[in-house]
Amino acid sequence: MSANPSASIDPPRQRALSLETIGMSKAFGALQALDDVSVKIEAGSFHALLGENGAGKSTLVKAIMGYYQADRGQLLLDGRETQIRNPRDARAHGLGMVYQHFTLVPCLTGAENLVISRADAPAIIDWAKEKRALAAFLDRMPFRAPLDVPVATLAAGEKQKLEILKLLYLDQRLLILDEPTSVLTPQEADEILGLLKGMTERKEISVLMITHKFREVTAFADAVSVLRRGRHVGGGRVAEMSTDEMARLMIGDTQIRERAARAGNEAGETVLELAGLTAGDDGGPLVLNAVNLKVRAGEIVGVAGVSGNGQSQLVEVLSGQRLLRDGRIFVRNQPFEPDRDSFYRLKVFGLPEEPLKNAAVPRMTVAENMAFRSFDRPPNATLGWWLSPGPMRAKARELIARYRVKTQSTETAIGDLSGGNVQRAILARELSGDVDVLIVANPCFGLDFASVMEIRSQIMEQRNKGAAVLLVSEDLDEILELSDRVAVMSEGAVNYTSPTALTDRATIGKHMAGHA
Amino acid sequence: MSDNTLLIVLVAILGGALRVSTPFMFVALGECLTEKSGRVNLGLEGTLVLGAMSAYATSYHTGSPWLGVFAAGVAGAALGAMHGAICRLPKVNDIAVGIAMMLFGTGLAFFFGKAYVQPTAPRLDSIPLGGWSDSPQLAQALQINPLIIVGLVVAFLMWWSFANTRWGLILRMSGDSAPSALAMGVSVDLVRFLATTAGGFLAGVGGAFLSLYYPGSWTQGLSSGQGLMAVALVIFARWNPLRCVAAAFLFGAAGAIGPALQSVGITQGYYFFNAAPYILTLFIMIASAGSKHAARDVPGELSITK
Ligand SMILES: Nc1ncnc2c1ncn2[C@@H]1O[C@H](COP(=O)(O)OP(=O)(O)OP(=O)(O)O)[C@@H](O)[C@H]1O
Ligand SMILES: [Mg+2]
Repeated sequence: MSANPSASIDPPRQRALSLETIGMSKAFGALQALDDVSVKIEAGSFHALLGENGAGKSTLVKAIMGYYQADRGQLLLDGRETQIRNPRDARAHGLGMVYQHFTLVPCLTGAENLVISRADAPAIIDWAKEKRALAAFLDRMPFRAPLDVPVATLAAGEKQKLEILKLLYLDQRLLILDEPTSVLTPQEADEILGLLKGMTERKEISVLMITHKFREVTAFADAVSVLRRGRHVGGGRVAEMSTDEMARLMIGDTQIRERAARAGNEAGETVLELAGLTAGDDGGPLVLNAVNLKVRAGEIVGVAGVSGNGQSQLVEVLSGQRLLRDGRIFVRNQPFEPDRDSFYRLKVFGLPEEPLKNAAVPRMTVAENMAFRSFDRPPNATLGWWLSPGPMRAKARELIARYRVKTQSTETAIGDLSGGNVQRAILARELSGDVDVLIVANPCFGLDFASVMEIRSQIMEQRNKGAAVLLVSEDLDEILELSDRVAVMSEGAVNYTSPTALTDRATIGKHMAGHA
Repeated sequence: MSDNTLLIVLVAILGGALRVSTPFMFVALGECLTEKSGRVNLGLEGTLVLGAMSAYATSYHTGSPWLGVFAAGVAGAALGAMHGAICRLPKVNDIAVGIAMMLFGTGLAFFFGKAYVQPTAPRLDSIPLGGWSDSPQLAQALQINPLIIVGLVVAFLMWWSFANTRWGLILRMSGDSAPSALAMGVSVDLVRFLATTAGGFLAGVGGAFLSLYYPGSWTQGLSSGQGLMAVALVIFARWNPLRCVAAAFLFGAAGAIGPALQSVGITQGYYFFNAAPYILTLFIMIASAGSKHAARDVPGELSITK
């Protein structure tokens, strides 16, 4: 695997590309998303780009790729000034990017995706020949992905590998990766990043990677640049910097909220009870197979599990996105139907995964999205139907300030916020009232470390105030940090629960793998 | 009913299906092409009628029905191009534009078509494929219209191109994920414009069949909603051109039940059987609404599914 057969075919030459931006600036309306940013990525280096949510990282790389036009600034490739007007130009110059969202076409197969992405894709595709060429290409690659099924059917990790394979197939010499590991398990992430690192060491490619994980920076990157509020505030060789220094550069002198301590209160009575929840796709196998779980007041129950063992479906059932085949949900001993009225009456709130998709309407404004729980109740509405935008905006302004949502105004479409800020906006909405039951799924997905601390302490605060919290997370560290009790899901059922203090990683890991 | 009558009915249904299905087929193929690119063009009913009128008028003036077919295609393409161009503007909804284009197309056809209700234009000749048979009914049923062959070829070409050509893949890409297409440097708007235009061409040719072959004259009541039903048909065919052809035959056969029964003297329920295609549309919509397959095959960018 490590030997590279292509090296014997290609003449030994340095293929990796160097890239430098000089004074890049870009504004969205009144917001200066990039302000005079100059960074340099050496040929053959693995360069990390750090910054808080909304710092302008994605904007910078999109400007490099020609996805946006920078208002000002130059781009040097291998020391030569280069104009990149659109992603096609970028590709022709050897720049390839994996975007924060997937860009593979779901209905096309892996092979179709690869071939059509080529600039010289033939007008009539000779599949026999292409398949042979692809097989030969895969043989040279450090990892592979299924090519013959539609991409829609692939798991996130496979898609991400395919995204990267696509760039290598296109023979790109500088890869830009925007949070490539947020959809991967730590093992998958290490595998893929390790292989890319190997390629940079052989000077086959250069890599510019956006990430929020210091662990990945220290393990894989050679150099780092940090953005804060659209400005380049520092950077250097990773070997010469500590993560504390990087963190300080990222947040400047903003105070991080104190981590909310776990108050020593005893858990109260059972508030949320799941009794035999069973669900499945039409005619398909069961995705939830009699899930039983109790969450008491003032307690966080963390649901761990390898992704794809029913955790997302559990959250869907609780938020009313999926019908139950069997089983009941009780809140304070009353049967709970996940409809709007019950959510309100029983004070059940939640932050589902991918909030932009599951808990927001991207094209509606921040204020409107923040009012989803209360738009039809006074003071936002008279008689339940006459809506007053005034109080909605006032409330939104208050929440934006309290939860530090970075948005231009209350009237910005929520889809234009950076990923982390969508998360905060929705959490602000869900925590703005009295909470009895809180259901959160992967709440810190894609967040910078400051936001992670903040959101975790919000959750802890709700627990301390007496809410029953169900935390579904793929991040075991998060579960171990926050939960009072751990539950493990495997194959659609909860097969293990234990107070967090009385268990350990190894035991949890064993149950996650389904051995017990 | 004796064996013989049953046979006659079946043969009549076959003949009817071959005849009636052609406009369904063309409109469905046009709609399929358009929807594969991520747009819905509900205006094809109007395109069909305008195509019928243009074909008839051109055939009348030039004496060549094939020039008429071509003119119908051009008229359809013009309507399609208009739809495509309007939908490129920001905040325009393709469904609403489609309905407007439907009214525009029929209106235009009725306006210019007034003069051609009376005169007789040269029609397309049929191809007798049933010459080998000594049954006159079968020979009659197998009088194939040349357009159906064109339609079959187009369907096969489309099906093949979707998987085996660069254009096919780019079309599917634009229809399934505009952000991916944009990231690849494809101009999604241009692809959709071209697909809608080409789809309009096909629907226009479907109209030429109505006025130049069967029923074979130009009247205002020429189309009975085939253009609209074809949209349902595309969903039923799950955006596959070959299945579009099969679905068109099914619709054609359903439409032929009434006349076929009448031809052997069964007039009971004539109107009911005439309504068969519409009833079929209804049931197909109900059945495919809950179908997982349809949900999986639908192009991701269609405004009806987004
Ligand atoms: N198309 C747009 N229109 C208006 N504002 C935008 C647009 N895209 C980004 N922004 C704003 O620009 C700022 C920088 O966004 P960007 O996506 O670059 O952040 P980021 O550093 O990638 O954050 P994250 O870590 O959350 O992905 C944010 O405040 C965001 O709201
Ligand atoms: Mg980003």
